[in-house]
Amino acid sequence: MSLKTIHLKENLTAYKTILIKEILRFSRIWLQTIIPPAITMGLYFIIFGQLIGSQLNDIDGYSYMDYIVPGLIIMSIITSSYSNVVSSFYGTKFHHHIEELLVSPIANITIIAGYVSGGVARGLIVGVIVTLVSLFFTQLSINSYGITFLVAVMTAILFSLAGLINAIFANSFDDITIIPTFVLTPLTYLGGVFYSINMLPEFWQSVSLVNPVLYMVNAFRMGMLGVSDASLPIAISIILGFILLLTSVCLWLLHYGIGVKK
Amino acid sequence: MNALEIKDLTKVYKNGFEALKGIDLQVKKGDFFALLGPNGAGKSTVIGIICSLINKTAGKVSIEGHDLNLSPQDAKKNLGVVPQEFNFNVFEPVEEILVNQAGYYGVPREEAFKRAETHLKQIDLWDKRREMAKDLSGGMKRRLMIARALMHNPQILILDEPTAGVDIEIRRSMWLFLRKLNEQGITIILTTHYLEEAEELCKNIAIIDQGLIIKNCEMSELLSELDSECLVLNLKTAIKTPPSLGDYSVRLKDTTTLEVEVKKGEGVNTLFKLLSENKIDVLSMRNKSNRLEQLFLRLVDRKHLENQKPLEITLGV
Repeated sequence: MSLKTIHLKENLTAYKTILIKEILRFSRIWLQTIIPPAITMGLYFIIFGQLIGSQLNDIDGYSYMDYIVPGLIIMSIITSSYSNVVSSFYGTKFHHHIEELLVSPIANITIIAGYVSGGVARGLIVGVIVTLVSLFFTQLSINSYGITFLVAVMTAILFSLAGLINAIFANSFDDITIIPTFVLTPLTYLGGVFYSINMLPEFWQSVSLVNPVLYMVNAFRMGMLGVSDASLPIAISIILGFILLLTSVCLWLLHYGIGVKK
Repeated sequence: MNALEIKDLTKVYKNGFEALKGIDLQVKKGDFFALLGPNGAGKSTVIGIICSLINKTAGKVSIEGHDLNLSPQDAKKNLGVVPQEFNFNVFEPVEEILVNQAGYYGVPREEAFKRAETHLKQIDLWDKRREMAKDLSGGMKRRLMIARALMHNPQILILDEPTAGVDIEIRRSMWLFLRKLNEQGITIILTTHYLEEAEELCKNIAIIDQGLIIKNCEMSELLSELDSECLVLNLKTAIKTPPSLGDYSVRLKDTTTLEVEVKKGEGVNTLFKLLSENKIDVLSMRNKSNRLEQLFLRLVDRKHLENQKPLEITLGV
């Protein structure tokens, strides 16, 4: 067995260890990690979908409730995967148990993969729960299970990576709330979760196209409903491009120990 | 091949502070090695670089023949680390901490559980395996860190102040445990503030001060450099002035405590004869400090005196 094969096996075990640890971590505190998004999204379904939505016209041939369900599911996936990695990784820095990882022979890509997979796991679990909650308000029909699942996983990966970068740079608990509050939430709300960009004036339609979240929301909506404001191949390419970019940034940061070593 | 080889290691922090000024160090396989130095001398920086927690500025570190820069994975898997501060997740159960640590080194989960059982039984924490680490006492946490460092069967074990804050009984049992590990062939590198601990356990020693290794030799060789010992005598009856005891240098600490400097090879028979002649009864006698402590202070003080600059005071206007 070559040295490289041994390292591959060891890294696979290390990856599984981080993933199991992460899943156990958010499962232990399920009242903080799994239930709140279900309640928040349930309120969105009631207020926006039923109370306000019943007064609005159909969008792209779907009732307002049906139209916002994919957006709200992907929004919960984005928020959960991001917050899982940012809080968990920053926690390991704050309590110094990141040293356990730095001392060990784990490759940086394994650390990234482990934490990102943890974020994806929580994002998808929350996504499934929010989907189940939506069944109380509407009847779901999935246009393409493949596209829906692919976009959900890719989006969760992307925002887990973003959360990891935020955690690497964070020096206090304040720093891990700044990006979600001032960047992530506005981008998500303006990313076409509650409306079609065709409803906007032409100028704001062009501005909206710069928002990467728009492509995720619409690609997911394409998977679920078969309608979208953006082309699916372009949306998938943009998400993939961002995943590659953020993975490279994470690898570079960990290689030089930025934010994690003295 | 040495267990650890450090060559021309330099560290300059961002604020310009030169913590290490090009140190060389070799630790033989199977050694029980002490790395001592006063606070801020650079020993934590050395340990931090070996453990990949601190980036070096220049130099080379090899662990069991593997360059830490060129083949980090091979180098790191030979190393077990017991840091000074608790750095495990205190919200995880004890057993899980060990199993996870083994997993980071590629030990399959099933095997990791077996090893965790062995180590937890060895350190008397098996009954606590399901408890959160935060609920353990300080001594238990220290033992847990040692067990964690052993989960991947390392060739070298680095212990940074392993007995800080533990009571004497636990400290002694930890000494026994460490000695047993060393007998099994594990190279142990120890930093400690308890010089008695280093003297008791270690075969070789390096003293670091102001970023330089100022002494690196066998413990016995270093101790043989000691040319005098200070004995503290507790007197039965109070005296007001220090007695004249021939060539012995004498200081009266208080009316019933006498400090006597005994030169190497001088012995204490003459001292007691002189004390009897002066009608001084001694109740008990002890060493003022342990031998290594005396040498350590002398070496470090000498270095500081050599580098001492005159104090400059600038008054702002």
